[in-house]
Amino acid sequence: MLKQIEGSRAMAEAIALARPEVICAYPITPQTHIVEGLGEMVRTGALTNCEFINVESEFAALSVAIGASAAGARAYTATASQGLLYMAEAVYNASGLGLPIVMTLGNRAIGAPINIWNDHSDAMSMRDAGWVQLFAETNQEAADLHIQAFRLAEQLSMPVMVCVDGFILTHAVERTDIPPQADVDAFLPPYEPVQVLDPKEPISIGAMVGPNAFTEVRYLQHHKQNQALELIPRLAAEFRQRFGRQSGGLLRTYRAEDAELLVVAMGSVNGTIKDVIDEMRASGARVGLVTLVTFRPLPIAALRNVLGSVPHIVVLEKSLAVGMGGPLANDLDSALRNLVAAPHIHSAVAGLGGRPITKASLHRLFRAALDGGWEGTHFLDLNEAIVEGEISRMREKRRSGPTAESILRQLARKSGPAAAVSGSQL
Amino acid sequence: MFQVRIHGRGGQGVVTAAELLSVAAFRDGRHAQAFPSFGSERTGAPVVSFCRIDDKEIRLREPILEPDCVIVQDATLLKSVDVFQGLKLDGYLLVNTNKTLADLHLDKLVAKLPAGHARIVAATEIALRHVRRPVPNAALLGAFAGLTQLVSLDHVAEAIREKFPGQVGEANVIAAKSAYDALRIEQVAA
Repeated sequence: MLKQIEGSRAMAEAIALARPEVICAYPITPQTHIVEGLGEMVRTGALTNCEFINVESEFAALSVAIGASAAGARAYTATASQGLLYMAEAVYNASGLGLPIVMTLGNRAIGAPINIWNDHSDAMSMRDAGWVQLFAETNQEAADLHIQAFRLAEQLSMPVMVCVDGFILTHAVERTDIPPQADVDAFLPPYEPVQVLDPKEPISIGAMVGPNAFTEVRYLQHHKQNQALELIPRLAAEFRQRFGRQSGGLLRTYRAEDAELLVVAMGSVNGTIKDVIDEMRASGARVGLVTLVTFRPLPIAALRNVLGSVPHIVVLEKSLAVGMGGPLANDLDSALRNLVAAPHIHSAVAGLGGRPITKASLHRLFRAALDGGWEGTHFLDLNEAIVEGEISRMREKRRSGPTAESILRQLARKSGPAAAVSGSQL
Repeated sequence: MFQVRIHGRGGQGVVTAAELLSVAAFRDGRHAQAFPSFGSERTGAPVVSFCRIDDKEIRLREPILEPDCVIVQDATLLKSVDVFQGLKLDGYLLVNTNKTLADLHLDKLVAKLPAGHARIVAATEIALRHVRRPVPNAALLGAFAGLTQLVSLDHVAEAIREKFPGQVGEANVIAAKSAYDALRIEQVAA
């Protein structure tokens, strides 16, 4: 049924359709509306056979989900930012134990400085933790990915993180189709665990493993993730057949034919990029897009297939590995390793801590890439005057004080009367 | 695509207004995207929300930089926030006030817009009369429908009723209709 609803509500309804049996919730912006919605559905009886557990921390939220999953229940939780960091140990435990928990990550920056807005730093912090990580482009896809995520997680017995841009998607109200329960039931059978803690047939889960077997356990975890590379496209195809729309999969291309430049990006910014590509194509530029849905496991073969023969790639990402650059650009570089005529990769970091990524800035960025591009990491819309001022201020004296506070003071001084505007605007 | 930016203060239902507008447009059979800006959601702090309306899927995720319409829920913001930033030359302006646009020193701005595109509505007064609370958003949505004819008043009313079932919703629907009528009558008179 088509509804005009908030992204968080759409996800809550989709998650409820997946019939979770245990939901562990701890509030943190911007995912809170999702678990609030689910809590309300449990309270009113719209979602039955489900235990909604208010826990005391994110660490507890995932730990309870681990226990529930090991006991054979379909388990769900959600978090963001610092909340994900606080549950980090349990994140690795869930995947190491092979438990098919589904978790929503309402993508948000990580402090300090504290920032509640969107970027992908939180997802990146757990990219090597052994979870499948899927990124939603729209609220429709965010809802649909959760239905696919339970099936994927349970079929392979491993946890799946659905990454959804905080605020930009979680708090956006847009048209979303919520499928009928019967269709979801047909797509997602009841959970049949690979391993289960059952008093009637006692086993132990979580053995200590020494040097004699640890490599093999890890190898098999890696092997299982790579199996997801085959299963994810199959599930997306089956989903499309049943629900009539494309959601999920490894990656999607947009106007990639005969492209001289392909942009690679994850999440909601893909929509804005598509609008920019349409405008640039209209003026003759050969620009296209690769939307990466599955970030972990990294679909190396699919990426080599679509990107291997293009001259230029812009990797646009909402995260920064401090001291290295863009982590997704780095991954792309490794995916395209040893190609005979490897594309030039131009790395751009954008949208950190919720800075809007505008069409105007993307036009400039893509144009620069078509004109030969750049080396190293480009920070989109970096305020260079502020940065240079701060660097010289810090040079002046040892006790120069905290950077964040200093920059805020500089900005406050500069924002006097509203700047003059021109052109067709008032 | 038609883009609306709503300025108000925390507690005035700024975010809800954008949501209700998007629901009304959705019920009109159109695509709509409503989203708030974040960070200062304290009561009384300046808040901005956005709504895009189009006949096709809306993919754009940037904030609304060049609005076709600016709705000002609280005229005291005019002194502290550049609410008109990027407003298109053929755009609309709707200000909640019981003063005139001249009283608010907006004559120069109004002169740049097409005749009749800049309007005032005493939405807080209307809300106090019908809803008995100073929440101007429903009245402003009714006025918006009257001014732009972009969404139908019926669907604005349905959106309000869906969000606020019962007496509160009905009172807000009356406020919206009252503002709509006030604006239509003024337009005919003009």
